[in-house]
Amino acid sequence: MSENDDYHDIPGTYVFDAEHSRKGYHLNMFCMSLRHADNREAFRANEAGYLENFPMTPGQREAVLGRCWNEMLRLGGNIYYTAKLAANDGITFQDLAAAMTGMSRDEYRQMMVDGGRPIEGNRSKSEGKWNG
Amino acid sequence: MAEIVAGVATSHVPAIGVAIDQGETDTPYWRPLFQGFEASKRWIAALEPDVAIIVYNDHATAFSLEVIPTFALGCASEFPVADEGWGARPVPLVHGHPELAWHMAQSVIQDEFDLTIVNRMEVDHGLTVPLSLLFGQPAAWPCPVIPLCVNVVQYPPPSGKRCFDLGKAIRKAVESFHESLRVVIFGTGGMSHQLQAERAGLINREFDTRFLDDLVHDPWAAARIPHVEYLREAGSEGIELVMWLVMRGALDDEVIEVHRHYHVPASNTAVGHLLLENKGKR
Repeated sequence: MSENDDYHDIPGTYVFDAEHSRKGYHLNMFCMSLRHADNREAFRANEAGYLENFPMTPGQREAVLGRCWNEMLRLGGNIYYTAKLAANDGITFQDLAAAMTGMSRDEYRQMMVDGGRPIEGNRSKSEGKWNG
Repeated sequence: MAEIVAGVATSHVPAIGVAIDQGETDTPYWRPLFQGFEASKRWIAALEPDVAIIVYNDHATAFSLEVIPTFALGCASEFPVADEGWGARPVPLVHGHPELAWHMAQSVIQDEFDLTIVNRMEVDHGLTVPLSLLFGQPAAWPCPVIPLCVNVVQYPPPSGKRCFDLGKAIRKAVESFHESLRVVIFGTGGMSHQLQAERAGLINREFDTRFLDDLVHDPWAAARIPHVEYLREAGSEGIELVMWLVMRGALDDEVIEVHRHYHVPASNTAVGHLLLENKGKR
Protein backbone atom coordinates (compact mmCIF):
# COMPACT_ATOMS: atom_id res chain seq x y z
CA MET A 1 0.00 0.00 0.00
CA SER A 2 1.53 3.30 -0.99
CA GLU A 3 1.86 6.24 1.34
CA ASN A 4 -0.88 8.03 -0.56
CA ASP A 5 -3.65 5.56 0.08
CA ASP A 6 -2.87 4.27 3.56
CA TYR A 7 -6.09 5.97 4.68
CA HIS A 8 -7.90 2.85 3.48
CA ASP A 9 -7.01 1.35 6.85
CA ILE A 10 -9.18 3.92 8.69
CA PRO A 11 -12.39 2.21 9.78
CA GLY A 12 -15.91 3.44 9.00
CA THR A 13 -14.63 6.18 6.72
CA TYR A 14 -14.87 6.84 2.98
CA VAL A 15 -12.22 9.31 1.88
CA PHE A 16 -13.58 11.36 -1.01
CA ASP A 17 -10.61 10.77 -3.26
CA ALA A 18 -10.28 10.76 -7.05
CA GLU A 19 -11.85 7.32 -7.39
CA HIS A 20 -14.88 8.20 -5.27
CA SER A 21 -15.31 11.54 -6.96
CA ARG A 22 -15.26 9.95 -10.42
CA LYS A 23 -17.75 7.27 -9.42
CA GLY A 24 -20.04 9.64 -7.58
CA TYR A 25 -20.09 12.65 -9.89
CA HIS A 26 -23.72 12.37 -11.05
CA LEU A 27 -24.97 11.21 -7.66
CA ASN A 28 -23.40 14.24 -6.05
CA MET A 29 -24.60 16.61 -8.76
CA PHE A 30 -28.14 15.31 -8.20
CA CYS A 31 -27.78 16.15 -4.48
CA MET A 32 -26.36 19.54 -5.41
CA SER A 33 -29.45 20.30 -7.49
CA LEU A 34 -31.54 20.11 -4.29
CA ARG A 35 -30.00 23.38 -3.19
CA HIS A 36 -32.72 25.07 -5.23
CA ALA A 37 -36.29 25.12 -3.96
CA ASP A 38 -37.92 24.44 -7.36
CA ASN A 39 -35.76 21.33 -7.78
CA ARG A 40 -36.67 20.15 -4.30
CA GLU A 41 -40.34 20.45 -5.26
CA ALA A 42 -39.86 18.56 -8.50
CA PHE A 43 -37.95 15.81 -6.68
CA ARG A 44 -40.63 15.50 -4.00
CA ALA A 45 -43.38 15.27 -6.61
CA ASN A 46 -41.73 12.35 -8.41
CA GLU A 47 -38.47 11.08 -6.95
CA ALA A 48 -37.69 8.32 -9.45
CA GLY A 49 -38.72 10.54 -12.37
CA TYR A 50 -36.52 13.39 -11.18
CA LEU A 51 -33.53 11.04 -10.89
CA GLU A 52 -33.86 10.28 -14.62
CA ASN A 53 -32.29 13.71 -15.19
CA PHE A 54 -29.02 12.38 -13.81
CA PRO A 55 -27.09 9.50 -15.43
CA MET A 56 -26.53 7.61 -12.19
CA THR A 57 -26.01 3.85 -11.84
CA PRO A 58 -28.98 1.67 -10.85
CA GLY A 59 -27.27 1.06 -7.49
CA GLN A 60 -26.94 4.77 -6.86
CA ARG A 61 -30.60 5.33 -7.75
CA GLU A 62 -31.68 2.59 -5.35
CA ALA A 63 -29.51 3.99 -2.58
CA VAL A 64 -31.06 7.43 -3.05
CA LEU A 65 -34.66 6.17 -3.18
CA GLY A 66 -34.05 3.92 -0.15
CA ARG A 67 -32.11 6.64 1.72
CA CYS A 68 -29.24 4.20 2.28
CA TRP A 69 -26.82 6.86 3.52
CA ASN A 70 -23.68 4.72 3.90
CA GLU A 71 -24.33 2.97 0.59
CA MET A 72 -24.44 6.37 -1.11
CA LEU A 73 -20.99 7.12 0.35
CA ARG A 74 -19.65 3.74 -0.78
CA LEU A 75 -20.91 4.47 -4.30
CA GLY A 76 -19.07 7.79 -4.50
CA GLY A 77 -21.35 10.13 -2.59
CA ASN A 78 -19.79 12.88 -0.53
CA ILE A 79 -21.26 13.76 2.84
CA TYR A 80 -21.66 17.48 2.09
CA TYR A 81 -23.71 16.53 -0.98
CA THR A 82 -25.77 13.73 0.57
CA ALA A 83 -26.51 16.09 3.47
CA LYS A 84 -28.53 18.14 0.98
CA LEU A 85 -30.76 15.15 0.36
CA ALA A 86 -31.06 14.72 4.13
CA ALA A 87 -31.94 18.41 4.51
CA ASN A 88 -34.61 17.96 1.85
CA ASP A 89 -36.06 15.22 4.07
CA GLY A 90 -35.93 17.47 7.13
CA ILE A 91 -33.09 15.48 8.73
CA THR A 92 -30.47 17.49 10.64
CA PHE A 93 -26.77 16.82 10.24
CA GLN A 94 -26.64 15.27 13.69
CA ASP A 95 -29.53 12.92 12.98
CA LEU A 96 -27.96 12.01 9.64
CA ALA A 97 -24.73 11.15 11.45
CA ALA A 98 -26.67 9.03 13.93
CA ALA A 99 -28.36 7.14 11.09
CA MET A 100 -25.00 6.36 9.48
CA THR A 101 -23.59 4.93 12.70
CA GLY A 102 -26.59 2.70 13.31
CA MET A 103 -27.28 4.39 16.65
CA SER A 104 -30.58 5.89 17.68
CA ARG A 105 -30.90 9.65 17.59
CA ASP A 106 -30.83 9.89 21.38
CA GLU A 107 -27.93 7.47 21.83
CA TYR A 108 -25.84 9.41 19.32
CA ARG A 109 -26.70 12.77 20.82
CA GLN A 110 -25.75 11.48 24.27
CA MET A 111 -22.46 10.08 22.95
CA MET A 112 -21.60 13.55 21.62
CA VAL A 113 -22.59 15.29 24.86
CA ASP A 114 -20.36 12.79 26.69
CA GLY A 115 -17.35 13.82 24.61
CA GLY A 116 -17.89 12.04 21.30
CA ARG A 117 -16.69 8.75 19.90
CA PRO A 118 -13.26 8.08 21.42
CA ILE A 119 -10.21 7.70 19.21
CA GLU A 120 -9.06 4.64 21.16
CA GLY A 121 -10.15 1.55 19.27
CA ASN A 122 -11.18 3.61 16.24
CA ARG A 123 -7.88 4.29 14.49
CA SER A 124 -7.51 1.18 12.39
CA LYS A 125 -9.59 -1.58 10.86
CA SER A 126 -7.44 -4.03 12.83
CA GLU A 127 -8.80 -2.70 16.12
CA GLY A 128 -11.66 -3.79 18.37
CA LYS A 129 -15.11 -3.89 16.88
CA TRP A 130 -13.85 -3.11 13.37
CA ASN A 131 -11.83 -6.34 13.22
CA GLY A 132 -14.10 -9.04 11.90
CA MET B 1 1.27 50.24 4.56
CA ALA B 2 -1.40 47.75 5.55
CA GLU B 3 -0.58 45.23 8.24
CA ILE B 4 -1.94 42.03 9.71
CA VAL B 5 -2.42 42.74 13.39
CA ALA B 6 -4.09 39.60 14.67
CA GLY B 7 -5.39 36.14 13.89
CA VAL B 8 -8.57 34.32 14.85
CA ALA B 9 -9.05 30.56 14.71
CA THR B 10 -12.52 29.17 15.07
CA SER B 11 -14.69 26.25 14.06
CA HIS B 12 -17.58 27.06 11.73
CA VAL B 13 -20.20 24.40 12.52
CA PRO B 14 -23.52 25.15 10.74
CA ALA B 15 -25.55 24.26 13.86
CA ILE B 16 -23.86 27.19 15.62
CA GLY B 17 -25.37 29.49 13.01
CA VAL B 18 -28.78 27.92 13.50
CA ALA B 19 -28.52 28.37 17.28
CA ILE B 20 -27.64 32.06 16.85
CA ASP B 21 -30.34 32.68 14.25
CA GLN B 22 -33.01 30.98 16.35
CA GLY B 23 -32.03 32.69 19.60
CA GLU B 24 -30.90 29.50 21.37
CA THR B 25 -27.47 30.64 22.52
CA ASP B 26 -28.49 30.70 26.17
CA THR B 27 -29.89 27.17 26.37
CA PRO B 28 -28.04 24.64 28.57
CA TYR B 29 -26.75 22.85 25.46
CA TRP B 30 -25.32 25.94 23.80
CA ARG B 31 -24.44 28.31 26.66
CA PRO B 32 -20.97 26.82 27.43
CA LEU B 33 -19.99 27.16 23.79
CA PHE B 34 -21.09 30.77 23.35
CA GLN B 35 -19.68 31.90 26.70
CA GLY B 36 -16.23 31.16 25.31
CA PHE B 37 -16.77 33.78 22.60
CA GLU B 38 -17.92 36.65 24.85
CA ALA B 39 -14.37 37.86 25.50
CA SER B 40 -13.64 37.49 21.79
CA LYS B 41 -16.48 39.83 20.83
CA ARG B 42 -15.13 42.49 23.17
CA TRP B 43 -11.60 41.92 21.89
CA ILE B 44 -12.48 42.36 18.23
CA ALA B 45 -14.71 45.36 18.96
CA ALA B 46 -11.70 47.02 20.62
CA LEU B 47 -9.39 45.94 17.80
CA GLU B 48 -11.61 47.63 15.18
CA PRO B 49 -10.07 45.90 12.16
CA ASP B 50 -10.43 47.66 8.79
CA VAL B 51 -10.61 44.39 6.87
CA ALA B 52 -11.08 40.71 7.74
CA ILE B 53 -9.53 38.01 5.55
CA ILE B 54 -11.51 34.84 6.19
CA VAL B 55 -9.97 31.50 5.24
CA TYR B 56 -12.77 28.97 5.04
CA ASN B 57 -14.13 26.21 2.89
CA ASP B 58 -17.19 26.06 0.73
CA HIS B 59 -19.49 23.11 1.46
CA ALA B 60 -20.96 22.27 -1.95
CA THR B 61 -22.49 25.73 -2.18
CA ALA B 62 -20.66 28.18 -4.47
CA PHE B 63 -18.55 25.37 -5.91
CA SER B 64 -19.76 21.91 -6.84
CA LEU B 65 -17.79 19.08 -8.41
CA GLU B 66 -17.96 21.00 -11.71
CA VAL B 67 -15.09 23.27 -10.68
CA ILE B 68 -12.83 22.59 -7.70
CA PRO B 69 -10.31 25.37 -7.06
CA THR B 70 -7.72 24.52 -4.42
CA PHE B 71 -7.47 28.18 -3.37
CA ALA B 72 -10.05 30.75 -4.51
CA LEU B 73 -9.83 34.41 -3.53
CA GLY B 74 -13.01 36.48 -3.48
CA CYS B 75 -12.31 39.76 -5.26
CA ALA B 76 -15.92 40.95 -5.63
CA SER B 77 -17.42 43.99 -3.93
CA GLU B 78 -20.11 41.87 -2.34
CA PHE B 79 -20.82 38.23 -1.55
CA PRO B 80 -24.47 37.17 -1.16
CA VAL B 81 -25.32 34.83 1.70
CA ALA B 82 -26.22 31.44 0.20
CA ASP B 83 -29.28 29.27 0.56
CA GLU B 84 -27.53 25.97 1.33
CA GLY B 85 -30.70 23.97 0.95
CA TRP B 86 -32.61 25.10 4.04
CA GLY B 87 -32.95 28.85 3.40
CA ALA B 88 -30.31 31.60 3.59
CA ARG B 89 -29.11 32.62 7.05
CA PRO B 90 -30.67 35.93 8.16
CA VAL B 91 -27.34 37.74 8.30
CA PRO B 92 -26.13 40.91 6.56
CA LEU B 93 -24.74 40.95 3.05
CA VAL B 94 -20.98 40.43 3.09
CA HIS B 95 -19.10 43.34 1.52
CA GLY B 96 -15.69 42.72 0.00
CA HIS B 97 -12.57 44.83 -0.41
CA PRO B 98 -11.84 44.45 -4.13
CA GLU B 99 -8.82 46.72 -4.15
CA LEU B 100 -6.93 44.85 -1.45
CA ALA B 101 -8.18 41.47 -2.71
CA TRP B 102 -6.93 42.13 -6.25
CA HIS B 103 -3.65 43.39 -4.87
CA MET B 104 -3.33 40.17 -2.84
CA ALA B 105 -4.14 38.03 -5.88
CA GLN B 106 -1.55 39.81 -7.98
CA SER B 107 1.08 39.61 -5.26
CA VAL B 108 0.65 35.95 -4.26
CA ILE B 109 0.40 34.73 -7.88
CA GLN B 110 3.68 36.47 -8.62
CA ASP B 111 4.93 34.73 -5.50
CA GLU B 112 4.08 31.38 -7.17
CA PHE B 113 0.74 30.68 -5.43
CA ASP B 114 -1.51 30.14 -8.43
CA LEU B 115 -4.85 30.82 -6.85
CA THR B 116 -8.19 31.27 -8.55
CA ILE B 117 -9.73 34.74 -8.76
CA VAL B 118 -13.46 34.80 -8.09
CA ASN B 119 -15.65 37.74 -9.01
CA ARG B 120 -19.01 36.18 -8.24
CA MET B 121 -19.49 33.94 -5.26
CA GLU B 122 -22.11 33.18 -2.66
CA VAL B 123 -20.77 32.47 0.81
CA ASP B 124 -22.02 29.73 3.10
CA HIS B 125 -21.88 28.94 6.82
CA GLY B 126 -18.14 28.36 6.59
CA LEU B 127 -17.71 32.12 6.32
CA THR B 128 -20.81 33.51 8.03
CA VAL B 129 -20.68 31.46 11.26
CA PRO B 130 -17.24 32.85 12.21
CA LEU B 131 -18.53 36.37 11.47
CA SER B 132 -21.52 35.79 13.75
CA LEU B 133 -19.36 34.31 16.52
CA LEU B 134 -17.06 37.32 16.59
CA PHE B 135 -19.34 40.19 15.59
CA GLY B 136 -22.71 38.99 16.93
CA GLN B 137 -25.88 40.06 15.13
CA PRO B 138 -25.29 43.59 13.79
CA ALA B 139 -27.44 45.22 11.09
CA ALA B 140 -24.30 45.36 8.92
CA TRP B 141 -20.92 43.64 9.32
CA PRO B 142 -18.48 46.15 10.83
CA CYS B 143 -15.77 45.70 8.18
CA PRO B 144 -15.26 44.44 4.64
CA VAL B 145 -14.35 40.79 4.22
CA ILE B 146 -11.99 39.06 1.80
CA PRO B 147 -12.99 35.40 1.46
CA LEU B 148 -10.23 32.88 0.79
CA CYS B 149 -11.85 29.61 -0.02
CA VAL B 150 -9.76 26.42 0.35
CA ASN B 151 -10.77 23.05 -1.05
CA VAL B 152 -10.96 20.53 1.79
CA VAL B 153 -13.88 18.49 0.39
CA GLN B 154 -12.22 16.78 -2.58
CA TYR B 155 -9.18 14.80 -1.42
CA PRO B 156 -6.43 15.85 -1.35
CA PRO B 157 -6.64 19.34 0.13
CA PRO B 158 -3.47 21.42 -0.06
CA SER B 159 -0.80 20.36 2.44
CA GLY B 160 -0.46 22.06 5.79
CA LYS B 161 2.90 23.41 4.71
CA ARG B 162 1.46 24.86 1.51
CA CYS B 163 -1.24 26.58 3.55
CA PHE B 164 1.32 27.90 6.04
CA ASP B 165 3.47 29.25 3.22
CA LEU B 166 0.45 30.84 1.53
CA GLY B 167 -0.18 32.67 4.80
CA LYS B 168 3.32 34.09 4.58
CA ALA B 169 2.73 35.22 0.99
CA ILE B 170 -0.55 36.84 2.05
CA ARG B 171 1.24 38.75 4.75
CA LYS B 172 3.79 40.01 2.24
CA ALA B 173 0.94 41.04 -0.06
CA VAL B 174 -0.91 42.91 2.67
CA GLU B 175 2.24 44.69 3.78
CA SER B 176 2.89 45.93 0.26
CA PHE B 177 -0.57 47.52 -0.05
CA HIS B 178 -0.40 51.30 -0.30
CA GLU B 179 -3.21 52.18 2.07
CA SER B 180 -2.85 52.04 5.84
CA LEU B 181 -5.20 49.27 6.93
CA ARG B 182 -5.33 47.06 10.01
CA VAL B 183 -6.17 43.56 8.89
CA VAL B 184 -7.32 40.57 10.94
CA ILE B 185 -7.12 37.09 9.44
CA PHE B 186 -9.42 34.19 10.34
CA GLY B 187 -8.60 30.50 9.95
CA THR B 188 -11.79 28.49 10.26
CA GLY B 189 -13.11 24.92 10.39
CA GLY B 190 -12.15 21.95 12.55
CA MET B 191 -11.45 20.84 15.15
CA SER B 192 -11.69 17.05 15.32
CA HIS B 193 -14.90 15.81 13.76
CA GLN B 194 -16.19 13.18 11.42
CA LEU B 195 -19.58 13.70 9.81
CA GLN B 196 -19.73 10.58 7.67
CA ALA B 197 -20.28 6.84 7.81
CA GLU B 198 -19.90 4.37 10.66
CA ARG B 199 -17.18 6.32 12.51
CA ALA B 200 -19.20 9.58 12.62
CA GLY B 201 -18.97 11.42 15.91
CA LEU B 202 -15.24 10.90 16.39
CA ILE B 203 -13.66 13.46 18.73
CA ASN B 204 -9.99 13.50 19.72
CA ARG B 205 -9.37 15.99 22.50
CA GLU B 206 -5.72 14.99 22.83
CA PHE B 207 -5.03 15.67 19.15
CA ASP B 208 -6.92 18.96 19.33
CA THR B 209 -5.01 20.15 22.40
CA ARG B 210 -1.68 19.35 20.81
CA PHE B 211 -2.72 21.07 17.61
CA LEU B 212 -3.75 24.21 19.50
CA ASP B 213 -0.44 24.23 21.39
CA ASP B 214 1.62 23.65 18.27
CA LEU B 215 -0.30 26.21 16.25
CA VAL B 216 0.62 28.85 18.82
CA HIS B 217 4.19 27.84 19.72
CA ASP B 218 5.49 25.52 17.02
CA PRO B 219 3.47 26.07 13.84
CA TRP B 220 6.21 24.38 11.80
CA ALA B 221 5.37 21.13 13.59
CA ALA B 222 1.66 21.63 12.90
CA ALA B 223 2.46 22.35 9.25
CA ARG B 224 4.19 18.97 8.92
CA ILE B 225 1.16 16.90 9.92
CA PRO B 226 0.43 14.56 6.98
CA HIS B 227 -3.10 14.28 5.62
CA VAL B 228 -3.50 10.68 6.75
CA GLU B 229 -2.84 11.74 10.35
CA TYR B 230 -5.63 14.32 10.22
CA LEU B 231 -7.99 11.77 8.67
CA ARG B 232 -7.14 9.07 11.20
CA GLU B 233 -6.73 11.14 14.37
CA ALA B 234 -9.03 14.13 13.83
CA GLY B 235 -11.68 12.50 11.63
CA SER B 236 -12.33 12.82 7.92
CA GLU B 237 -13.60 16.39 8.29
CA GLY B 238 -10.94 17.34 10.86
CA ILE B 239 -8.62 17.90 7.89
CA GLU B 240 -10.22 21.36 7.68
CA LEU B 241 -7.58 22.33 10.23
CA VAL B 242 -5.08 22.96 7.41
CA MET B 243 -6.95 26.24 6.94
CA TRP B 244 -5.85 27.43 10.37
CA LEU B 245 -2.28 27.23 9.08
CA VAL B 246 -2.94 29.89 6.43
CA MET B 247 -3.93 32.25 9.25
CA ARG B 248 -0.93 31.26 11.36
CA GLY B 249 1.50 31.70 8.47
CA ALA B 250 0.35 35.30 8.09
CA LEU B 251 1.35 36.13 11.68
CA ASP B 252 4.73 36.61 13.35
CA ASP B 253 6.78 33.52 14.22
CA GLU B 254 6.13 34.37 17.85
CA VAL B 255 2.62 35.39 18.82
CA ILE B 256 0.68 36.17 21.96
CA GLU B 257 -2.16 33.79 22.75
CA VAL B 258 -4.82 36.20 23.99
CA HIS B 259 -7.61 33.69 24.38
CA ARG B 260 -8.37 30.00 23.98
CA HIS B 261 -11.65 28.14 24.10
CA TYR B 262 -12.42 24.47 23.55
CA HIS B 263 -15.81 22.85 23.80
CA VAL B 264 -17.39 19.51 22.91
CA PRO B 265 -19.86 19.19 21.29
CA ALA B 266 -21.47 21.48 18.78
CA SER B 267 -23.65 18.96 16.96
CA ASN B 268 -20.99 16.49 15.67
CA THR B 269 -17.92 18.61 16.26
CA ALA B 270 -15.25 19.71 18.73
CA VAL B 271 -15.15 23.51 18.72
CA GLY B 272 -11.78 25.19 19.07
CA HIS B 273 -11.05 28.88 19.18
CA LEU B 274 -7.90 31.01 19.49
CA LEU B 275 -7.17 34.72 19.44
CA LEU B 276 -3.57 35.46 18.48
CA GLU B 277 -1.82 38.81 18.33
CA ASN B 278 1.42 39.82 16.75
CA LYS B 279 3.69 41.27 19.42
CA GLY B 280 3.71 45.04 19.49
CA LYS B 281 0.88 45.54 17.02
CA ARG B 282 -1.69 46.97 19.46
